[in-house]
Amino acid sequence: MDRGKMVVNSDECKGCGLCISQCPVGCIEFDNETINKQGYHPAKYTGSGCTACGICFNVCPEPGAITVYKLVKA
Amino acid sequence: MYEPILEKPKSFFDIYKEKSGDQTITHYCPGCGHGIVHKYVASALDELNLTDKAIFVSPVGCSVFGYYYFNTGNYQAAHGRAPAVATGTKRVNPDSIVISYQGDGDLAAIGTAEIIHAANRGELMTVIFINNAIYGMTGGQMAPTTLVGQKTTTSPRGRNPYNEGYPVKMCELISQLNAPIYVERVALNNAANRAKAKRAIKKALKLQAERKGFTFVEVLSQCPTGWKVDPPDSLKWIEEKMIPYYPVKVFKDISNEAEPYPEPKKIVSGNELLEILGIKSEEEKDLKKYEIPKEYRNPKIKIAGFGGQGVLLLGVALAQVGMMEGYNVTWIPSYGPEMRGGTANCSVNISDGLIGSPVVEKPTILVAMNKPSMEKFEKDMVPGGILFYNTAMIDEEPKRDDITKVPVPATKIASDLGNIRVGNMVMLGAIIEKTKLLPFETVKKGFEYFISRKNLIPLNEKAVEAGMRYVRENNL
Repeated sequence: MDRGKMVVNSDECKGCGLCISQCPVGCIEFDNETINKQGYHPAKYTGSGCTACGICFNVCPEPGAITVYKLVKA
Repeated sequence: MYEPILEKPKSFFDIYKEKSGDQTITHYCPGCGHGIVHKYVASALDELNLTDKAIFVSPVGCSVFGYYYFNTGNYQAAHGRAPAVATGTKRVNPDSIVISYQGDGDLAAIGTAEIIHAANRGELMTVIFINNAIYGMTGGQMAPTTLVGQKTTTSPRGRNPYNEGYPVKMCELISQLNAPIYVERVALNNAANRAKAKRAIKKALKLQAERKGFTFVEVLSQCPTGWKVDPPDSLKWIEEKMIPYYPVKVFKDISNEAEPYPEPKKIVSGNELLEILGIKSEEEKDLKKYEIPKEYRNPKIKIAGFGGQGVLLLGVALAQVGMMEGYNVTWIPSYGPEMRGGTANCSVNISDGLIGSPVVEKPTILVAMNKPSMEKFEKDMVPGGILFYNTAMIDEEPKRDDITKVPVPATKIASDLGNIRVGNMVMLGAIIEKTKLLPFETVKKGFEYFISRKNLIPLNEKAVEAGMRYVRENNL
């Protein structure tokens, strides 16, 4: 199980691609299947590889577009 | 099990109710640095638990709508004046955390004076300065921070230092001043620098909370739209173009040595305020409101003459005594090119109600100390008004026949008293004798407020008496 995961609120994403370009493990991609209500292809988590480093959150200009989760032992 | 570690800071509104259109997203362009810095500010407020104390001052520029987003106190200041608004805000709310958030047009162009002096005064505020080397909101024009050679809509061949000068380095300027305790330039170009930026903003706010002094954080921030590059490339642009000219570093940090500012004295009651201002509140309360005769009530007074005739002081005297009698008063001088050789004048209102404008355009009482003044203002008087004119210097009769005329050779009477300059007080005597506008007893009490050289008070009193006597003896 990955150490973290990131979740994109696709309606708040403006598709700028900063998180994709800055993710050190390359685990974020454009969701080319989706056009959100603003007319952008939003970013999405590829589904694996996230380390919960938070870089995507700290480069994302939208306050609520990205949430980063960390794996904790239950 | 996954737990959120980074999510939308609580210092933002959940829904941006003030905003038009989509109220879940910001108005910023895709990839804009403002949103990033907003997040750092909001996160820092969350972490320091300062949200409820924070007052965010938005500038003019793309971040003009800061109040859409921050769930704090908010102001939106006139262009460049955020540090001035922040100064006032902080001084009357010393427990607040005041953030002056400004772009390069606001801070480094139109507001240069405000930021320099706020910094120099060491105002207890945090300034976040967004430097993106361009005017973003207005469509990509050259800013003071635009780099040499950078093409903008107003520097299409690139900024030429021989024509437009060199880019302004604000951190370097601010850090030269004594008062600022913490000045750092940060950048958004890579993860390490962004982490530093986040820390710098938090540190600046923390230092403010500790009352340490003025803190300034400049953020090299991207404007992909203005620069006409894709957002990911805009980060490279910061690194390759901006950082070589604008070094990213701490310019000044004396926060460890700096002593916290003393707690300001809090004014808790009106009487305390009067005490601080040196006003004897009790004495004033005892004064009964003097009854002004009906026909002269709520006068609108214009006093005009040459500079040096004491026309402004005469106005101050009337206003002061009126105030001591419990009336609302205003006094406002009019300076202008007329100061030289023409007329100086002032307007006085003495009212038992609210005064809308301090400016008197249609006087009910006109005092003309010289000829040009009478020529200029006689025509403005309301019908039935009363004109006091200085016959020692006016060899003409007033033209109007729908006003009361009171000729007083004020300058001559003053001269006979031994000082030509007390003609204004002779006129004051004439006014109060003719109109009973104000009682002589209160005028005498008022001298100490408007005559700064106390040894001249007896002479001024004599002059007022002489003016009163003249009106009485001549049945004016």
